[in-house]
Amino acid sequence: MTEETIQQVLARYSHRRSALLPLLHLCQQEVGYLTEEALRLLSKRLGLSPTQVVEVVTFYDMFRLKPGGQREIWVCHNLSCSLLGAEKVVRRFEEALGIGAGETTHDGLFRLKRVECLAACGIAPVVQVGAEYYGPVSPQDVAQFVERLRAQSAVSNQGSALLPKADG
Amino acid sequence: MSEKILTKRLENPGYGGMIEEYLATGGYQAIAKTLKEHAPASLIELVRRSGLRGRGGAGFPTGVKWGFVPKDPGLTKYLVCNADESEPGTFKDRDLIMRDPHQLLEGILLASYAIGCQTAYIYIRGEFIAGAAILERAIKEAAAHGFLGKDILGSGFSVEIYPHRGAGAYICGEETALLESLEGKRGLPRLKPPFPATAGLYRLPTVVNNVETLCNLPHIVLRGPEWFSSIGTPKSTGTRIFSVSGHIRRPGNYELPIDVPMRELIFEHAGGMRDGRRLKAVIPGGSSVPVLTEQHLDTRMDFESLAKAGSMAGSGGVIVMDESTCMVRTGEVVARFYHHESCGQCTQCREGTAWLHKTLRRIEEGRGRKADLDLLLDICENMKGKTICPLSDAAAMPIESYLKYFGDEFEQHIVEHACPFAPTDGS
Repeated sequence: MTEETIQQVLARYSHRRSALLPLLHLCQQEVGYLTEEALRLLSKRLGLSPTQVVEVVTFYDMFRLKPGGQREIWVCHNLSCSLLGAEKVVRRFEEALGIGAGETTHDGLFRLKRVECLAACGIAPVVQVGAEYYGPVSPQDVAQFVERLRAQSAVSNQGSALLPKADG
Repeated sequence: MSEKILTKRLENPGYGGMIEEYLATGGYQAIAKTLKEHAPASLIELVRRSGLRGRGGAGFPTGVKWGFVPKDPGLTKYLVCNADESEPGTFKDRDLIMRDPHQLLEGILLASYAIGCQTAYIYIRGEFIAGAAILERAIKEAAAHGFLGKDILGSGFSVEIYPHRGAGAYICGEETALLESLEGKRGLPRLKPPFPATAGLYRLPTVVNNVETLCNLPHIVLRGPEWFSSIGTPKSTGTRIFSVSGHIRRPGNYELPIDVPMRELIFEHAGGMRDGRRLKAVIPGGSSVPVLTEQHLDTRMDFESLAKAGSMAGSGGVIVMDESTCMVRTGEVVARFYHHESCGQCTQCREGTAWLHKTLRRIEEGRGRKADLDLLLDICENMKGKTICPLSDAAAMPIESYLKYFGDEFEQHIVEHACPFAPTDGS
């Protein structure tokens, strides 16, 4: 994260503490998780105690304090998705990745996460990887989905579509 | 087929939401007209007369909310667009942001002008990564065309808009938790009063409006409050985007007059039930509201009619369940969600949501006890009206309603020590 980026974020707010969430997102995007060094830097830059930074980090679901699982696979298990088979989808992902929900694969590439409503119930059951939404994902789709995800990671961090992407 | 207002542009399959397309279809004319013809007070009056009510969940009249903001020109004021869309079953704001971002920006401009604000934030849930990027792009486009920034269209009115991503917390949809989060803190709801209109962001006067609410504003300005209030009922005006999901043939967003009958919404627009099954239950306004059943199908979807039927219009998220659905399992999923999302500030909510989830899970797994039904009602009673924010009520009210309409089903689980339903959802 360059000084210029930090300044651009700070310029948006009259109180610098407001820059905490955006800067945490940027730090996590760079390294894949929030390092202790990054947290110390932010606490210094924003004039916050380490506790004020860590209590925020641990309050929100999206922040990670450990390395591994560069790509998170989010499977919604809330009501609309659950009505249409989300539990089966979760189970197929667990089988295909060889891990339980909440865990990271041994090669450190993927983390499987059960998440709450992603606001895409019209295409339930929904899976989100990075910025992309996929749905409806049927249990039969999952093995191939994971295979493509692996192939994609072998080539680059970002690549071709895994499945036809969801509309809008 | 009734006229679409907010989603009319989206009916054109080629519409990509770029500023040229927005301008070619009447975009940014409402702000130009307003800056020429209205003083802020007259815009507030116009919106008040339209009867527009907040589309986020509470249904508070928008013009009235704006009217609470102090008029002192020396006081900094903030407009915050609530784009934290997280209520289970609701997916309209995501669509409005992704597919027509300029309509939202124009709405934010109008609201900012009305309350005299120069800095507006769009608090967008962290998972909407693509949506936040689209907003950043649209803001650049609007600024390049002179609709944002200093001295907009030579009027002397200036405003900047900044998207601000959340990071995964349902509670941040509650407006005071949202403001705490925007201040760089944990999303813990604040005690009210004071209300945000007088002490909001950085304790300064702040209006928090939902995405869909703001998207209505350009249309109200251009076509007039009388036109707007001619749609719907005297107390619930305009259209509403209903997000329909669950065991339905054509799930999706449907913009319809706000008082459309539930039967028409489900069976005509959303295509009726899947696989020829029978309708069992409908959650009409997001997972936080009480459930309704077949007997309520002729209820209209406006705020008053749904309240009269014993539920709420909430966020417009309509979750439809067929006869194969186990209502104990539904309760377990809903309670698990509120347990996970309780911020933990208030004992009744922190403990109550945990107890609800635990008790419902054991009933579903065939380990329920006879006393569990009374226990559930007792927990719910202790959760309602006793906490800083309504998350606790939102967790308790649905469970009470499941017991009210489907009590036999809960008893059957306990007597038979098993769930009588086939695990169609794989659970």
